[in-house]
Amino acid sequence: MLLLLIPLLPFLGFLVNASVGRRIAKGASGVVACGAIVASFAVSAIAVANLLRFAPESRAIVAPIYTWISSGDFSVGFTLRLDPLSAVMILVVTGIGSLIHVYSTSYMHEERASEYARYFSYLNLFAAFMLVLVLGANFLVMFVGWEGVGLCSYLLIGFWYQKKTASDAGKKAFIVNRIGDWGFVLGVLGLFVRFGTLDFQQIARAVAPLAPDATFGTVSLITLLLFVGATGKSAQIPLYIWLPDAMEGPTPVSALIHAATMVTAGVYMIGRNAVLFSHAPQTLMIVAIIGCATAFFAGTIGLVQNDIKRVLAYSTVSQLGYMFLAMGVGAYAAGVFHLYTHAFFKALLFLGSGAVIHALHGEQDLRNMGGLKNELPITYWTFLVGALAIAGVPGLAGFFSKDEILARTYGSGHTILWAVGLLTALLTAIYMFRLVYMAFHGPRHEKAHAAPAHPEEEEPAAHRAEQPHLHDAPPAMAIALVVLAIGSVVAGYAGLGGRFEHFLEPSFTAPGAGGIGAEVVEGGAETTLMLTSIVVAFLGIGIATYFFLKNTRAASAMAARFAGLRLLLQNKYYVDDIYDATIVQPIRITSESGLWKGVDVNVIDRIVNGVGRTVAGSSEILRRLQTGSVRAYAVSLFFGVVLILGYYLWR
Amino acid sequence: MMLFYVFAVVAVGASLLVIAQRNPIYSVLLLIGSFGALSGLYVLLDAPFVAVIQIIVYAGAIMVLFLFVVMLLNAPHEETEHDERVHPLLRPGPMRFGALLAIVLAVELVWALTKGSESGPFANGAVSSVATIGRLLFTEYAFAFEVTSILIIAAMVGAVVLARREEWR
Amino acid sequence: MPSLNDYLVLSAILFAIGTAGVFVRRNVITILLSIEIMLNAVNLSFVAFGRALGSADGQIIVFFVMTVAAAEAAVGLAIVISLFRHRESLNPDAFTELKW
Repeated sequence: MLLLLIPLLPFLGFLVNASVGRRIAKGASGVVACGAIVASFAVSAIAVANLLRFAPESRAIVAPIYTWISSGDFSVGFTLRLDPLSAVMILVVTGIGSLIHVYSTSYMHEERASEYARYFSYLNLFAAFMLVLVLGANFLVMFVGWEGVGLCSYLLIGFWYQKKTASDAGKKAFIVNRIGDWGFVLGVLGLFVRFGTLDFQQIARAVAPLAPDATFGTVSLITLLLFVGATGKSAQIPLYIWLPDAMEGPTPVSALIHAATMVTAGVYMIGRNAVLFSHAPQTLMIVAIIGCATAFFAGTIGLVQNDIKRVLAYSTVSQLGYMFLAMGVGAYAAGVFHLYTHAFFKALLFLGSGAVIHALHGEQDLRNMGGLKNELPITYWTFLVGALAIAGVPGLAGFFSKDEILARTYGSGHTILWAVGLLTALLTAIYMFRLVYMAFHGPRHEKAHAAPAHPEEEEPAAHRAEQPHLHDAPPAMAIALVVLAIGSVVAGYAGLGGRFEHFLEPSFTAPGAGGIGAEVVEGGAETTLMLTSIVVAFLGIGIATYFFLKNTRAASAMAARFAGLRLLLQNKYYVDDIYDATIVQPIRITSESGLWKGVDVNVIDRIVNGVGRTVAGSSEILRRLQTGSVRAYAVSLFFGVVLILGYYLWR
Repeated sequence: MMLFYVFAVVAVGASLLVIAQRNPIYSVLLLIGSFGALSGLYVLLDAPFVAVIQIIVYAGAIMVLFLFVVMLLNAPHEETEHDERVHPLLRPGPMRFGALLAIVLAVELVWALTKGSESGPFANGAVSSVATIGRLLFTEYAFAFEVTSILIIAAMVGAVVLARREEWR
Repeated sequence: MPSLNDYLVLSAILFAIGTAGVFVRRNVITILLSIEIMLNAVNLSFVAFGRALGSADGQIIVFFVMTVAAAEAAVGLAIVISLFRHRESLNPDAFTELKW
């Protein structure tokens, strides 16, 4: 029925593009793919409209498709469920997804037809899996989507697979995700053992009457394992390392998967199991701490990155940290709200950077940009809106959601977390406007040669020598940018007056139980906090303006003074190197020298070859029995006869 | 009873000599003697038809055939020397082991037989006449009879083919 | 009067003699002769059983055995002749081609 269409339409788009895509024209591929996702968006809108007709307490549409597993008492069906939380998610996924599909038709235009079709088939497949993930009514269906988006992420990150860095990044993403998934599966198994069911509603119903874990008990362990999965999927400490590398993929991919949708799966998962997580305060504390730490950590790294997409990648990690911070302090609705607004402006920022890269024919280094403000007006103004939104300037979407999170954090008594969060907001404003100024303002810096973003494309040096009139975003891209910019402004107003939270509340409460939530701050304190956020936001913009617009020499001076610190940040705290030395190399050496040479070659091969040699040797000996003499054979025959006869006569 | 032992001793003795002789002609002739003794035993068993057939077919036809072949091939005295390149399994040792096995077999069988119930002397049965046998042959065993004739034809053809000189050399 | 057992014992002894002959002799024709001895031993036991059970079936079977023995002797001797033409030897150990 209706719900099934939502993931089914993009899946059909995938099938079409995967099978006949290379033979049809590029335009047709694009139309199929965009048509599929836009249709899915339409169906989603209709479904949500249907949902709204219900009374708030019973807003749920459940669509059991078929029974998947039925073994003993355990029964799991492929069931889809639409409730307020998933309604928000599907609208985000299909809506922003549609814009990104349209944008991609223009961005990927220089690819060959077969590559174009392959790209869109992956993109549709991703959308289908993401929708399955958010519409699933039980952990198993969600896990199907969970794994599926991981797969599509790998496929899309490594889309230009001839480039070694791209295929490496794809593998890194998949493997790190896998590590998280291991934790996730253990958590799911734990749930089954503890509650005997994987259905979200049933679990919520079962866990609601229990008292929250006083110490680290079963529920805490289970939720912690699930959170491990979330850190992998949503790029938190310690499994965030794949996200910056994932920028090797095409920019629309980064926008869709690594800004708006896939990375939010972890946040969604926690929100979906709000009742379960509420009964595990230790885990929630861990979630909040990790979220906060990740936000700060990533923010500091983003401050010194020179690749435009890397800055945005670390920004994504940082903003995800905010969402987890919200979940950790019990403000589930605030976290989802930030997810929703972040989708808008982060997608906008990524698409905008894509437009910049496209205009500069592949240049991604900020130090080679500058002064694009006048040449790429649409890109510039939409990008600016996105930057203002993420910095938390009042009136735009980011302000509402970020402020909500900080307020809730303060209100639930976690003052240190609140302070760090505030500091991170400062950092966010700084690095984001550093990006804006370096890319769009100031004089134009040129480099002798640039690394192309599309491997098939080579820029002749002569073409770069002159200053061509850069073309701004083509219509398909511009539309997406403008729509997202508008969204970045108005999306936040959905949260005014607690409407958003109220809408989502039924999803976070156990069926039939009362409401839960973080403490609401009283009016006076709330205003103070809001003012603090605003001050911080403008302070950050101001600092960035000083260092990167007015007085760039001061920036270089500061960089020289804190050279050590800067180096540390630029090398991402050497985390990747630490992982490599402590985990990757030992595993590789163990596998290569120990297991391969030691066990496989020495033991197993010896055994197998030994068996062969034994057979050969024994047959060497045994063949001498074949004397060719009939009499000898007769003797042996007769010997047997005598024996048998003797045996029978004996009995 | 006396006759039985006489015939038995003759049969066994002749057979032993058959396998002990070096000259194959002597072997054939001794075997004919053995068959004669057996024929006597058949008479004692009230089977005159078989006795007569034994003489006519076995001693008269088959053994004569053997004799023909022996003389045709000018079968030499059996060579007693054996090359050293003969396979170890074919040396006299192992062959004698075969003979030993035969003795073992005999002992086994005799032992088994004597362990069994001592059957008394035969009941007085009617002498089966040729007519009876003939009737049985053509009624109950008619199929076997016909198949045997085919067998004989096959054997004849086979023997002719196998033994002729190759002409296309 | 001899009993059935006596005949059977005699038959067994003859059979064993024939078997020994197969192994000991180094002349193919003599080997064939030893096979004939074995067949005769079996014939004897058939007739003895037939007499003991009072039916003529034993003799019928002997009839067939003899026929088959005749055929077999004929073919066997034909083979011996053609082998002899090949190798000029009647020693079975001269024909050991079918070996490793």
